[in-house]
Amino acid sequence: MMHKSSSLSAKRYRLSDSLMYWLFTFCGISAVASVLGIAGYLIWAGIPAIREIGLTHFLFGTSWRPTGPEPSFGILPMILSSLTGTALSISIALPLGVLTAVFMLESPPPVCQILRPLVELMAGIPSVIYGMVGSFLLVPAVGRLENLLFRGNKSHIFTGGANLLSASVILAVMILPTIIHTSELSLGAVPQELREASVALGATEPETMFHTVIPAALQGILSGAVLGIGRAMGEAMAVMMVSGNAVNLPLPFNSVRLLAGGIATEMSYSEGLHRKALFSVGLILFVLLLLVGLLPEMFLKPKGGGKHI
Amino acid sequence: MSGHLTADHFNLWYSTDRGGTHALRDISLDIPPKQLLALIGPSGCGKSSFLRSLNRMNERTPGVKHTGSILLDGADIYAPGTDLPFLRKRVGMVFQKPTPFPMSIYDNIAYGPRLQGVRSRQELDGIVEASLRAAALWGEVSSRLKKPASGLSGGQQQRLCIARALAVGPEVLLMDEPTSALDPLSTGKIEELMGELKTRYTVVAVTHNMGQARRISDRTAFFLDGELIECGKTKELFCMPGDRRTEYYITGQHREK
Repeated sequence: MMHKSSSLSAKRYRLSDSLMYWLFTFCGISAVASVLGIAGYLIWAGIPAIREIGLTHFLFGTSWRPTGPEPSFGILPMILSSLTGTALSISIALPLGVLTAVFMLESPPPVCQILRPLVELMAGIPSVIYGMVGSFLLVPAVGRLENLLFRGNKSHIFTGGANLLSASVILAVMILPTIIHTSELSLGAVPQELREASVALGATEPETMFHTVIPAALQGILSGAVLGIGRAMGEAMAVMMVSGNAVNLPLPFNSVRLLAGGIATEMSYSEGLHRKALFSVGLILFVLLLLVGLLPEMFLKPKGGGKHI
Repeated sequence: MSGHLTADHFNLWYSTDRGGTHALRDISLDIPPKQLLALIGPSGCGKSSFLRSLNRMNERTPGVKHTGSILLDGADIYAPGTDLPFLRKRVGMVFQKPTPFPMSIYDNIAYGPRLQGVRSRQELDGIVEASLRAAALWGEVSSRLKKPASGLSGGQQQRLCIARALAVGPEVLLMDEPTSALDPLSTGKIEELMGELKTRYTVVAVTHNMGQARRISDRTAFFLDGELIECGKTKELFCMPGDRRTEYYITGQHREK
């Protein structure tokens, strides 16, 4: 009797075990499948136009005239604009975000309780709102700065403030919550013992923060930065509303079109090779994002070693 | 500059939202230089609080208050205007868990000297080697100074932390259960090292290990419920404790008053 009941429960156990196994496997596969599906479709849809145009011309051509009598499909200005805009925005947002996280970590609890929901709210604002506020507040201000800097300059094409600089600032504000959040998490995870060890060696609290705590949290901070870079490169709406949206080389006061914004702008009226080329632009954007995702793997291999303070 | 510490009617309170605890009660204790003083007593008796009062690390806990004074070579370390980084440079500390910084072995040792503005490569090299030798670690790591400190074993990490504390040139070394996270072999090495260190520094060590206290210390102080019950030469205290409560503790008996 005993023996029978125990073997019965063992059977039931095996059944629920294998059920759970397949449930988890299904969930895991469906998540991976959507990524692979998107990647596969992009490659399938993006390769034909690149074949037709030629990879070198496509990647390194400097003129993008998809609709003219003699169409030309060079996306180098858009690639460079995307890279420059992202680099500018991350170089604004990273120091600002890390220092904000330090401030939140070191402030007394009430201050933190006000700041944290605000940062979360910031992450939840739709990008079209960022674009709207940006075009009404930021663009005119940048325009005034432009007028001041380029007064009497005949060769400069005035943008009225809708340019790379505005786009970068908007992107910086948009990725700020990501940076703040991940930085705060990883700074907070640095063991208290490490701080004490530094203070006990005669370091002041700021010295401890910059020489011990931030280096110890660097890995987490940088993975937050990578998330931010990903978001900045993929952002279309807000950027379109403040960047001027003309295909130009990426100088701060030039109107520019970024990869993601380019796709969103032209998709509605494109046809034929132009439409296919937009899928190729999407493929390139996808590849760039993959490369960004691989960055930390490449640079963070020697963990904690040989860093100089 | 000999590293002579004296506590004079020192009291310490931790205050929380729900009231306060009187963690140290009227402690008066003389810690002679170039000796090893062991602090023993049950958990929560105040020995760690006392240790952390000696380099003012206790002040990092919010809501801490004190009265009385602690003198280092005759000067009150709690006097207003005391240079805290300078005090902590003179009174070094080693913690229970090894805490190597996430950087190379070399940079770990050079951390303190660099904060004090030592920039010359040659000088830093000298300090790093001397500190590692003093912590009996040089032979094991001299060929991999640029490697991350996290690759060392627990015992090596703890000796690295000792070397790091020595690198800033302290007079006193505070050790908070420095071997409780280590295996017996590493513990033996650290104990041996502590025996050497006390010839050059004043060492105050908290320990839960009675055998360790007997082996390495010159003097022992027994704490109970925030009070210093007695302090004396280790041999005498362990052979003929002056107080029943000390006797119960060191022989491991549980008795109510």
